[in-house]
Amino acid sequence: MTVKAGKPQSRLDPEPMPRRDFLGLSALWTMAGALLFSALGMLKLPKAAVLSSPSKKFSVTLPDALAAGEAYVPPGRAVALFRDGEGVHAISITCTHLGCVVKPTTEGFECPCHGSRFAVDGEVTRGPAPKALAWLKVSNKGGSWVVDEETKVPPGTKEKA
Amino acid sequence: MKTPMIGEHSALLVFRDNLLAAPRRLRDAMFRSGKPTTDRTRSTFVFGNVFLHLHSVRTHRWSLRWTTTAGLGIATTAAFLITLVTGVLLMFYYKPYPEAAYDSIKDIHFVVPTGRFIRNIHRWAANVMVVAVILHMARAFYTAAYRRPREFNWLIGMGLFVITLGLSFTGYLLPWDQLAYWAITIGANIAQSPREVTDALNLTEWFDPGGFQKLLLLGSDVVGDEALIRFYLLHVMILPLALAALMAVHFWRIRKDGGMVRPVDADARLEPRKEETYPVFTEAPAKTYQLAAVVKGKTPVVGRGPENTVPSMPHLFYAELAVLMLTTLICIGLSLISDAPLKELANPAVPENPAKAPWYFLGLQEMVAFSAFMGGIGIPSIIIIGLGLIPFLDREEAGTGEWFGGKGGWRLVKQAMAVGFGASILIEAFVIRFGWIREWFPHVPQLVITLINPGTMLTLVYGLYSVWLVRRYNSTRAGALGLFTVFLCGFIVLTIIGTYFRGPNWVFYWSPADWPKH
Repeated sequence: MTVKAGKPQSRLDPEPMPRRDFLGLSALWTMAGALLFSALGMLKLPKAAVLSSPSKKFSVTLPDALAAGEAYVPPGRAVALFRDGEGVHAISITCTHLGCVVKPTTEGFECPCHGSRFAVDGEVTRGPAPKALAWLKVSNKGGSWVVDEETKVPPGTKEKA
Repeated sequence: MKTPMIGEHSALLVFRDNLLAAPRRLRDAMFRSGKPTTDRTRSTFVFGNVFLHLHSVRTHRWSLRWTTTAGLGIATTAAFLITLVTGVLLMFYYKPYPEAAYDSIKDIHFVVPTGRFIRNIHRWAANVMVVAVILHMARAFYTAAYRRPREFNWLIGMGLFVITLGLSFTGYLLPWDQLAYWAITIGANIAQSPREVTDALNLTEWFDPGGFQKLLLLGSDVVGDEALIRFYLLHVMILPLALAALMAVHFWRIRKDGGMVRPVDADARLEPRKEETYPVFTEAPAKTYQLAAVVKGKTPVVGRGPENTVPSMPHLFYAELAVLMLTTLICIGLSLISDAPLKELANPAVPENPAKAPWYFLGLQEMVAFSAFMGGIGIPSIIIIGLGLIPFLDREEAGTGEWFGGKGGWRLVKQAMAVGFGASILIEAFVIRFGWIREWFPHVPQLVITLINPGTMLTLVYGLYSVWLVRRYNSTRAGALGLFTVFLCGFIVLTIIGTYFRGPNWVFYWSPADWPKH
């Protein structure tokens, strides 16, 4: 049976879609699909495969006069190193709230931006900080110490001198 | 042989005449119609000009009353145009690389002729734009201009508001000084703050929208050269283009949605026409003069001529020009009084203390000092969604085009102002005096603080108050009026506290004179 476009056979039969409409719709949806995929492709652009941030591992020599409980902050790094009888440990001094650099004090750390306070072990004692300051992995490289900012260790982990 | 001589002579005459007529003909070719002295030429002046034809040819006299709009939309547009011009001028010298950026701003300030003045105007116009857009939004709200058929334009307006804030925020980083660096560090970490929730639920490893947002913004995990170029691109290209596109839609919709909102009895309330404004139609038309089949919506001018309209040229355009001049004057005046700030070169090791964002974000900063996620993302999202829903929830019609919907409305707004100011000041005073949950119970889980903090409590109080208003007055408009007013008051209180009463470590001080010396 031949079907003529635009002429319904009966009231109950659906009108067949004319060829031009079908082609037009196909073209439209193809274009929409292509646009969608190109948009998804473009979304990958803002995230580079290698980030331009400085290396997360660095080596540091502690001053001989560093007393127990006193913090040593290497220049250009948001990390505080401590040395006592049990060994050396490093605590990140980037505030867990909104990324300000906290200041080591004798009672712990205090954040200048929104008043968060942390105990000497990095636990939050007051203010809006959502979690404790991270303890970072320190390894002994004969006289100097290598801190890895990307590797967190459980609080209390100290590297023997 | 005289004929060629005469021909030559007359061609020369024609040439001279043409030369003399050239300026007039250039003007005719450009403007297509004569001086706007008659109704006809005043009309062609509007629709024959690509920049003006977003306006209608005639403007209702109600729209021209100062109290209808206070010219705030035009003031916002004017401030945007000023930032556009001064911004392009600044781009001649600005270099978007760390350190080079700081030096180039210093050059603009100290070396470039008029550079300091241009930068001041740019900064002040940006501030004026933020103030004007907030006031404009309040005007549209309090005259119920968001109602049908203007719901969509209200949403476009919200988009414009958000983009305006985005432009200010991205512009804040560009000088690469201490102020900029730490404000952007805080801003980028607010973008990351969904981690506050995902961390508490131990989800971050698999689902980290916060980290993704920060990475998208900074292009790195620190505020560095990638972040600066991204903010620059957003500031000078992406956001202005988005703003311009939305502005075009916004203006066009004003006209398509029936012009400025006005009360149904506006015509009766206007004083009689002045003598010189003669009617367009000498007798009342029986049919609307719109293309009834093509144009959607009501056709309000059946049975009477558009008597209460006046030609947009000169009535509307001169008013708009006056607002433009006034805005320019304000920006220039402020620029002469106060310089745009420039602190020391950005130092990633030492935070500015206190590190404050631009003033219009200090209300937010006050809230992030309770919880980063709720203050920076949660509550702002609730506010944006709430504002967007208002036109779809308030479907009443009484009081459209009236300030506060009439006399009773103003009483309600005064009451809501008392509640809005009172609740925010009380909650702030309580927190400043007694602290919050973590000070009493140091080991309480973070999720509790995220959910129950002064910011969310204030939002809850405001929400409950407006629900109570809906029930009390049996009117959605009453609820909307109350809700908008209390949030506006809360915004003002938090902004003032953040701006004037927060010192080092975000501690409360009555005055900067009490700040500890370091």
